[in-house]
Amino acid sequence: MAKMTLEDLRKLRNETQTEIQRRETDGKSVQIIVGMGTCGIASGAKLTLDSFITELKEKNLAHTTIIRQTGCMGFCANEPTVEVIAPDMPKVIYGNVTPDVAKEIIEKHIIGKTLLDKLIIDYPSVDVVKK
Amino acid sequence: MHYTICELIADLTQNAIEADAKVISVRVHETETELSFEIQDNGKGMDSETLKKVRNPFYTDGIKHPNRKVGLGIPFLIQTANQTDGTWHIDSQKGKGTKLKAVFSLSNIDTPPLGCLTSLFRQILSFPQNYEMNIERIKETKNDSKNYSISRSELIEALGELETVESLDMLRTFLESHEE
Repeated sequence: MAKMTLEDLRKLRNETQTEIQRRETDGKSVQIIVGMGTCGIASGAKLTLDSFITELKEKNLAHTTIIRQTGCMGFCANEPTVEVIAPDMPKVIYGNVTPDVAKEIIEKHIIGKTLLDKLIIDYPSVDVVKK
Repeated sequence: MHYTICELIADLTQNAIEADAKVISVRVHETETELSFEIQDNGKGMDSETLKKVRNPFYTDGIKHPNRKVGLGIPFLIQTANQTDGTWHIDSQKGKGTKLKAVFSLSNIDTPPLGCLTSLFRQILSFPQNYEMNIERIKETKNDSKNYSISRSELIEALGELETVESLDMLRTFLESHEE
């Protein structure tokens, strides 16, 4: 593949008509927030992030899903951690999200609207917040 | 130590973003024997006393997580350099910013693998904060040298905000075309 220019990139974007699709799905979008502190990175959060992007594209959810990165969320023992905000679902933080678990979250939580009970983290690490 | 040099760069770049930097430059220079990188930011910086303290894995400023007692980002850099005959250097001025440079020998068996630069660049370009990032990548071999520079503002202008899966996927295609 030859080096893409910014002009090629603009063209590619126009072909996929991002803006129109985004407007149509306004308010229905899914947000995925991946913890990328030292702890997240050391536990492989970058692979998790890559897995979300690849799988969401595969499942045709690319134009309705937003992925953000954040620093340490305070759950270092359970990294990689990912917060998932999806329509009609409670806001949850999942822990130990390996690339395979990322696929499972897309299938069960985002598409199937079912929580992955065993991976939900319901309280912060004890050294961060005193109970 | 981090699993790859790319994870180490990601970790140190995230520090620059959390230091409220508005402009961050990342330079990755690879030859057949050496890998060096530089991260420069105009964030809040550190005074000389803090700069000494951050070498200690049991020091953290305590702002983000008040009860936490560890800060491993810079200690990981130092540990990796010490164990692999690498070098590292940090200059910082409070209120002005920080400049960090590290050089690793690619022939040392203990040097971690480089990792995936495409996914590193995509990651550090797509933090939600408002910042400019200039990335310069140089790869030199005996007979050939290639390099490219990209800036975050140009990419946002071409792709829109770097946060939908769609734009992040196009960004990967763009970066891969430069790495090939």
